[in-house]
Amino acid sequence: MSFFKTITTKPWEKKGVIGGLDPEGAINAPNEKVALSVFLVVISVVFSLFTVGYFLRMELPDWQPLSEPGQLWFNTGLLVLSSVLFQWARNIVNSESSKHLTATFIGGGFFAIFFITGQLVIWSNLQDAGYYMTSNPANAFYYLMTGVHAVHLLGGLWVWSKSSIKLLSGSEAKSLKLSVELCTLYWHFLLIVWIVLFAILSNT
Amino acid sequence: MAYVPLADRDHEMELHHPHTWIGKWVFCQDHKVIAIQYGSIAIFTGLVGLVLSLLFRMQLGFPETADFIDPSFYYQAVTMHGMIMVIYLLTALFLGGFGNYLIPLMCGARDMVFPFMNMLSVWVFLVSVIILMASFFVTGGPTGGGWTLYPPQTTLAGTPGHDMGIVLMLISLAVFIVATTMGGLNYVVTVLQYRCRGLTLMRLPLAVWGIFVATILALFAFPALLVAAIMMLFDLLLGTSFFMPAIIESGTPLDHNGGSPILFQHLFWFFGHPEVYIVALPAFGLVSDVLSVHARKNIFGYRMMVWAIIAIGGLSFVVWAHHMYVSGMHPYFGFFFATTTLIIAVPTAIKVYNWILTLWEGDIRLNAPMYFAIGFIFTFIHGGLTGLFLGNVVIDLPLSDTYFVVAHFHMVMGVSPVLVVFAAIYHWYPKMSGRMYHEGMAKLHFWCTFLGTYAIYLPMHYLGFLGVPRRYYALGSTDFLPASAQDLNTTITIAALFVGASQLLFLINIIWSLRSGPKAGPNPWGAASLEWQTPDTPPVHGNWGDSLPTVYRWAYDYSVPGAHQDFIPQNTPESEEPTVDAEHFDPDTDGSKADV
Repeated sequence: MSFFKTITTKPWEKKGVIGGLDPEGAINAPNEKVALSVFLVVISVVFSLFTVGYFLRMELPDWQPLSEPGQLWFNTGLLVLSSVLFQWARNIVNSESSKHLTATFIGGGFFAIFFITGQLVIWSNLQDAGYYMTSNPANAFYYLMTGVHAVHLLGGLWVWSKSSIKLLSGSEAKSLKLSVELCTLYWHFLLIVWIVLFAILSNT
Repeated sequence: MAYVPLADRDHEMELHHPHTWIGKWVFCQDHKVIAIQYGSIAIFTGLVGLVLSLLFRMQLGFPETADFIDPSFYYQAVTMHGMIMVIYLLTALFLGGFGNYLIPLMCGARDMVFPFMNMLSVWVFLVSVIILMASFFVTGGPTGGGWTLYPPQTTLAGTPGHDMGIVLMLISLAVFIVATTMGGLNYVVTVLQYRCRGLTLMRLPLAVWGIFVATILALFAFPALLVAAIMMLFDLLLGTSFFMPAIIESGTPLDHNGGSPILFQHLFWFFGHPEVYIVALPAFGLVSDVLSVHARKNIFGYRMMVWAIIAIGGLSFVVWAHHMYVSGMHPYFGFFFATTTLIIAVPTAIKVYNWILTLWEGDIRLNAPMYFAIGFIFTFIHGGLTGLFLGNVVIDLPLSDTYFVVAHFHMVMGVSPVLVVFAAIYHWYPKMSGRMYHEGMAKLHFWCTFLGTYAIYLPMHYLGFLGVPRRYYALGSTDFLPASAQDLNTTITIAALFVGASQLLFLINIIWSLRSGPKAGPNPWGAASLEWQTPDTPPVHGNWGDSLPTVYRWAYDYSVPGAHQDFIPQNTPESEEPTVDAEHFDPDTDGSKADV
């Protein structure tokens, strides 16, 4: 039922049970997935506001654009691989199989760890080259936005590590289906966020 | 994986029944206990905020009679009062307190969707309050930069609490936002997914609609405050210049350069204005239910009320810059925000008309919840009308930063929501405690609060017209202010002390009645919504005994012609609807169970 149709019904007119066992208007997805989807919108708002702040601050005269290091392309590749492996793991559990599940699911997380490590290496190189956070707002935004993105990945890795422990301790693939699906959704989302951030940072 | 209806998997739901005292009252996952924890922490914090306001009112009414109220303490008290009341009292109480208590009960669910995360939410909220309170004990004390925390003033020497105070405030806010997000996800998913059989969205009581939309606003608005807090912490602790411009502090140039304080203002108010409705929308919803039950009439214009809640929620994100008219914005920018601000008055006015039309020809029971609910209509109309003045740029400019503004926002988002809080606590107290409160004491509490707050805020409008600026420790001698302005200030302070003291009536009443109030019974008001139909009062863990309820009608079947009682519970099927011969039906004598 569409939202418009829902809110135009006249509840005082119709009596009796509406919608059978399924309450009308409920979303046909597991509750955890609904919650994660709402949470992803909240995270999108956070990154959007950082981006708005970035563009507004950029207009001021002391802004000196930072030329982003080429290693970011390599790091982006690591995050893409991470997402690909998660998607692979998701396809495996969806096909009711468990072959290669451990390798793909755990591998996906490890590539995310490599990505964060790569980001730290870039931070360190930038520091060594004298691009300090305090020297220019463009630098500050670079550290801030990449840092906030990495923190979100760390949050995902915490959930991933709990599921990985279950997987390694012999839990059935079926019981981890939802965890794998949610991790995959979260990783794809953070990949998109990263690509947008990378595009903004590189082109301004 | 697909969605499984609540009714289909009721048998497999795990309820985490507590086995120890700590499990039952401390680390409890029952939404009702969590609601009481949220409410208690919020009310305790609110009492701190209330005492702070009385202290700074002492300085304004009786200047320099209390030695410890120096300018620094004054600004700290004003700042902490504002932040505590808006965030830690009202937001936490409406969403964490009433949201937690009412959503699962009104939705016919056994608990929230994620009880563990719900429990975590209240404990994280407590941590945020502890961090906030810790700022009273650190070097320099809490921040005194005003509740809006505008940089660069907040972070510069000369502003009290510019070192640790502001840092703790920002950290506390960030932690609070984490707690709100955890709670908010729970409320939204519970309303969407955990409604019982037959409970369509348009059969939900308006209390749930108000809390639901306010929660969505909170989820989308608090990130702006989080972003602002993080960037300001970077400026403070790591020396960046997001908001900090080049500035000289006590003759010494600081390392900051080029930052934009206006950027902070935009972020702050992008959160700050929806925050008004995060507080107001639950109040609108709760008061609608209280009015309907005690007027023995269905709420007038239910659909319009729902649409108005949604419209206000949406519009609240496009009015924020009306708080910034004096910041030097482009005239067209001001024009846009003045227009959107006036547009938001339309759905708000619809709600007010509908409340009044709900009362029209109702079989009104004038008990304490109804007193507070009707009192709310008065104060909200009053505060809303002064909002129309301030929403216009040309009128706002001369009135900006005067006591007129203080009077406006206290009437509209201070007194009005607090009156609803009292209405709601008295209304649902019998369900929460199983006991009735003392009616006479509650009514006395109402008159002291209602008349007392008018005695405080009505004169403030006049002070604002005179041009008395807000946030001043002392007025000094100025030509444009008559000496009588000080007399008015003294009167306001006496009224504030009276209102503050009269809140003891409320505290004594609800604490005393917990043990000594008469037994209430399951549905003393004769209310139709689901929370009054639980098999136990107060409801036990799991709420609904062996089986979940089924809903057959909306929540406002009051005084239905031909019905045996003047209310029909939501879970009464049409076939079992008790009816009498319509010719012999007398609503004044039949089923007046609600006469308390």
